[in-house]
Amino acid sequence: MNKCMLGTKIGMTQIFNEDGTAVPVTVIKAGPLSVVQKKTVEVDGYSAIKVGYEDMSEKRANKPDKGQFEKAGVSVKKHMKEFKLEDCEKFSVGQEIKVEEMFTAGDAIDISGISKGKGFQGTVKRYGTNRGRMTHGSHYHRGPGSMSACSDPSKVFKGKRLPGHMGFDKITVQNLSVVKVDGERGLLLVKGAVPGPRGGLLVIEETVKA
Amino acid sequence: MDLINAIEQEYLKQELPKLRIGDYVKVHVKVTEGNRERIQIFEGTIIAMRGTGINRAFTVRRLSFGVGVERVFPLHSPKVADVEIIRRGKIRRAKLYYLRDRVGKAARVKEDLRAKLK
Repeated sequence: MNKCMLGTKIGMTQIFNEDGTAVPVTVIKAGPLSVVQKKTVEVDGYSAIKVGYEDMSEKRANKPDKGQFEKAGVSVKKHMKEFKLEDCEKFSVGQEIKVEEMFTAGDAIDISGISKGKGFQGTVKRYGTNRGRMTHGSHYHRGPGSMSACSDPSKVFKGKRLPGHMGFDKITVQNLSVVKVDGERGLLLVKGAVPGPRGGLLVIEETVKA
Repeated sequence: MDLINAIEQEYLKQELPKLRIGDYVKVHVKVTEGNRERIQIFEGTIIAMRGTGINRAFTVRRLSFGVGVERVFPLHSPKVADVEIIRRGKIRRAKLYYLRDRVGKAARVKEDLRAKLK
């Protein structure tokens, strides 16, 4: 992996590209990131960079985190994440990484985020199972169906799709393409939808599908 | 929201024709054939408009060899080079879908002679 970024989902809109076709885009406020720590093979057994994103009030940081930021000489950040990049040498502790340094239009990326929470949902919404007839004397409407066979196997198999909590999962959308990078405002325009609500944290990485 | 508006702003057309429902218009559409670009004109009545901002689009209906043809144009699309308003229509609703069920002379919109073209 060569590219990484943290961002906030702003929302969706559409823009027109050169040949006049409308492209649906998600607007992401991406970066700037501050390098908080560098992990090296000698000390940690692997190489990676640890970055911080989004300023926050110093009062809200806990002591261990604050210590890390102080050591790196960067302001207190809300989020911290490690990225195992192929060449960590070009980054130095305290350095600021901007979105235009990482991405250019046309790049293929993967975006992860926490999907919108849907609460406790039945199998029809949660897994897309078929529902029964609503009329004509049917007493089976949106139920989960049969649990299993009878005396053999005498149990409900693990993984049986049942109602439960839906959403608020980590979801990764692969192979999205970067439509535009706005360095001035620190924005990234990505074709298509990304997981999570507006204002949700997104992890942007180079795609594994390349 | 402001950031989204700021992005849309770059793609919005500054001077827009004041289109209304029921207008009879000539839409100048850019068509690319190979690497040559030319203007094609689609003529008809605006029967619907929808969306706001950059999503704004209008539907133009015309009869072509006795077959109804409807095209939806995004108002801010660079492919829509120009929209000429030929005449205004006198209408009483926002969507003129009833024209689809009409044939011949009945499938016309009465002209509004008092309305200004600009």
